[in-house]
Amino acid sequence: QKVLVELKITFSQCSKNERNYKTTSRKYMRSPLSPEMATQEVQLNETLAHLKTESENLKSKLEEERAKLHDVELHQVAEKVEGLGQFIMKTRRTLKGHGNKVLCMDWCKDKRRIVSSSQDGKVIVWDAFTTNKEHAVTMPCTWVMACAYAPSGCAVACGGLDNKCSVYPLSLDKNENLAAKKKSVAMHTNYLSACSFTNSDMQILTSSGDGTCALWDVESGQLLQSFHGHAADVLCLDLAPSETGNTFVSGGCDKKANVWDMRSGQCIQSFETHESDINSVRYYPSGDAFASGSDDATCRLYDLRADREVAIYSKESIIFGVSSVDFSLSGRLLFGGYNDYTINVWDVLKGTRVSILFGHENRVSTLRVSPDGTAFCTGSWDHTLRIWA
Amino acid sequence: MSLHLSKPGILDLSGGDKNDMKYIFHLQLEALVVEMQDPKTGVKGSEQKLNVTTIPHVITGKDIVAWITNKMKTTAEEANVVGTMLVAYGYIYPLQNHKKLVMCNDSSLYRFQTPYFWPSQKWVADDSDYAIYLAKRNIRKKGLLEPYEQVHYNHLHKWLNHKWDFIVMQATEQYRAGRERKKPDRVVFDCQERAYWILNRPPRRTHSALDCGPDRLIDPNASEKESFDLYRRMNIFYQQAIMRSKVKSSVSLGALVKYVTTYKTHDPFLAPCLPSNPWQTDSDAYWTLNMRSVDLPTKMRVERWSFSLFELLTDLRGRDDFKIFLKKEFSGENLAFWEAAEELKWGTASSMKSKAETIFKTFLAPNAPRWINIDGRTMGLTVKGLEHPHRYVLDAAQTHVLLLMKKDTFFRYLKSPVYKDIQKKALNPEPHSFSPAQLEQNAQNRSPGIHPIILWKQEEEEKAKAAAASAPVDVKAMMSKIDRK
Repeated sequence: QKVLVELKITFSQCSKNERNYKTTSRKYMRSPLSPEMATQEVQLNETLAHLKTESENLKSKLEEERAKLHDVELHQVAEKVEGLGQFIMKTRRTLKGHGNKVLCMDWCKDKRRIVSSSQDGKVIVWDAFTTNKEHAVTMPCTWVMACAYAPSGCAVACGGLDNKCSVYPLSLDKNENLAAKKKSVAMHTNYLSACSFTNSDMQILTSSGDGTCALWDVESGQLLQSFHGHAADVLCLDLAPSETGNTFVSGGCDKKANVWDMRSGQCIQSFETHESDINSVRYYPSGDAFASGSDDATCRLYDLRADREVAIYSKESIIFGVSSVDFSLSGRLLFGGYNDYTINVWDVLKGTRVSILFGHENRVSTLRVSPDGTAFCTGSWDHTLRIWA
Repeated sequence: MSLHLSKPGILDLSGGDKNDMKYIFHLQLEALVVEMQDPKTGVKGSEQKLNVTTIPHVITGKDIVAWITNKMKTTAEEANVVGTMLVAYGYIYPLQNHKKLVMCNDSSLYRFQTPYFWPSQKWVADDSDYAIYLAKRNIRKKGLLEPYEQVHYNHLHKWLNHKWDFIVMQATEQYRAGRERKKPDRVVFDCQERAYWILNRPPRRTHSALDCGPDRLIDPNASEKESFDLYRRMNIFYQQAIMRSKVKSSVSLGALVKYVTTYKTHDPFLAPCLPSNPWQTDSDAYWTLNMRSVDLPTKMRVERWSFSLFELLTDLRGRDDFKIFLKKEFSGENLAFWEAAEELKWGTASSMKSKAETIFKTFLAPNAPRWINIDGRTMGLTVKGLEHPHRYVLDAAQTHVLLLMKKDTFFRYLKSPVYKDIQKKALNPEPHSFSPAQLEQNAQNRSPGIHPIILWKQEEEEKAKAAAASAPVDVKAMMSKIDRK
């Protein structure tokens, strides 16, 4: 009876067509507008065992529904696509300057500048094309695991073991002390694992070891929305490229990849097929799919419209975890940085590995393709960053 | 000396760790190493002279790589990677150059580490053990410690001072026990122990794979407290997921393939970018030709605008062209509204109220100067929502306007003279063909380009000018002015 009443309240609000997107701490997933559900026969026996059985039944029903629509495999559809030729990808730049493990990097929208962060607390802004270091900031903490470049190119954000995400406005004056203008934006109860600006400099999305993601207003530091649902540390996130720009995907130590609605804070889709921590998630350029890389040594592709995993990229000779993944501009290639110091390049459609790249002397910790797809950058625990093209 | 393996796979996977895929690779490496030591099918070892002593079961790097290449049916380079991992994790250790934990595909000498020292063992290499090890080496010969070891030693001597007597006693015991062994055995054990400590206390610039980074905090295996709340949430989530419209795999996968095919020629990794890839030739002409406010865009860029409204709007140069078309059609208000709604959505929290007011006055109020034509229901919703404006208050209206542009205006634009004109005028740069000397030159003279901060400031100035120019024209006032004339 209790459950039914709550559902009814939800419906009557919805029937007034007033979707309330304000920050809410309600953990209940909102049901879509559907009067049928109110009249649906719902078992109201409150014993835990009963709910548990119902849960299992619903889970199998979901699997059934998914399976009904599963009429073809990706590699079958890809049969008519022509194969890829040989690739010549080389290191075009090696950026030396960090005194310790490079943990994270991000590209500027100008397609040539990057920001990188390392274990010793240093955050460096480089013009990767000329290899000049333009700015360097020393954070008050070690293990700066997350950094991001603002869309305007006028600021960078970073954080790590300090549990915060701070924004540093950049300046044309190379001698200016950037730390003086630092702005503390996000505050978590554990380490910051990833951060990203949204479509403007005014908002930042963060993920943390405390198991949550959060959206913040940069100017005021206000928490705009928090996202609860992971059962363990959240390690990565990526914003959807679609024109509505309202969803993002996160991956965590609970082996789940969750897709979230930024407006309501609800988890709208969830995938649990990996066998270990998910270190990296990245949207397919069309926004209709995403790839993930995990400690279980595989990369996987998930189709959001069909609501299922559609490909696994793995090989018997690859036994070490993937730390970071990204797509080439067309989505045909998936680049993965691995803990065995290599980079594997996968044919997304055919599922085969097209190339393996060597060069780093320690694990590859971060990998991003440049905004115009002309190159990709890798950061490694061997203290260097490399640009490949 | 036969290798006495009590039980391969010493990693204890009982309990929570059973699900810990993170450590499964240890099992795989161990299995590999065990196979490599098979007397019949494993890697052939030999005796080697190290200083004065002869050590048994020494293997060369190239033999290891060849064996792995054969076993995993892969290339020598990939086999080398696996070999390096075996060394980085301490299953195999180098005899020469013992601080560099890599596999060299040549006649470099290696040995298999004894299982006692395998990293998968549960016991942690703690500071007391390290202190005993260093003290033992100190006893043997003073000044034998390397500088980084001396630093560790001094540090430990200070912090473990309270048990230093115990440490020295243990060290002396072990030293005496060592003396009683035969010389070759002693040398072998010394090598094994040294390799173990290089791994667990790596000197500067040594990349030991045991260096893992900060621990993950929350144990995912500790099951979330089962409660009514948890199951109710899960059930609602499942119900929602079941009811959400899904698409057949053939349709969605077909769409993925279509996307790849459409963008194939635009992907610099799949087709050459014209005139050349800046990273490959050190010439930034490609970037200069594709700047934000270039007069004439390239043919590829113009083609990309036709792929979707999203592409046209994301490329600000494309958006400019679209605006020219809309101006000719006197239907610029839809795009203007969409842009204003974006400003609201992604703006600062404090600016929300004033932005909402301006938008209402300009686009939604009755007789507004740039009134947008949306259906009554959406208009009603939006106006009501604006009484208490929040970030997403314009979502419904914005979606409506976007759909209108996507389904109608966009296609008319593509057929319009404006678009056809820019298509004709667009540049088609010749591919560069630099000689090696020219490439050298390019590398010496890499252009710094314009700093993004400067470009941003320029952009903001342009926007302000454009906003002032198209400020809401009071149509009524203008009309009455004309009437009075």
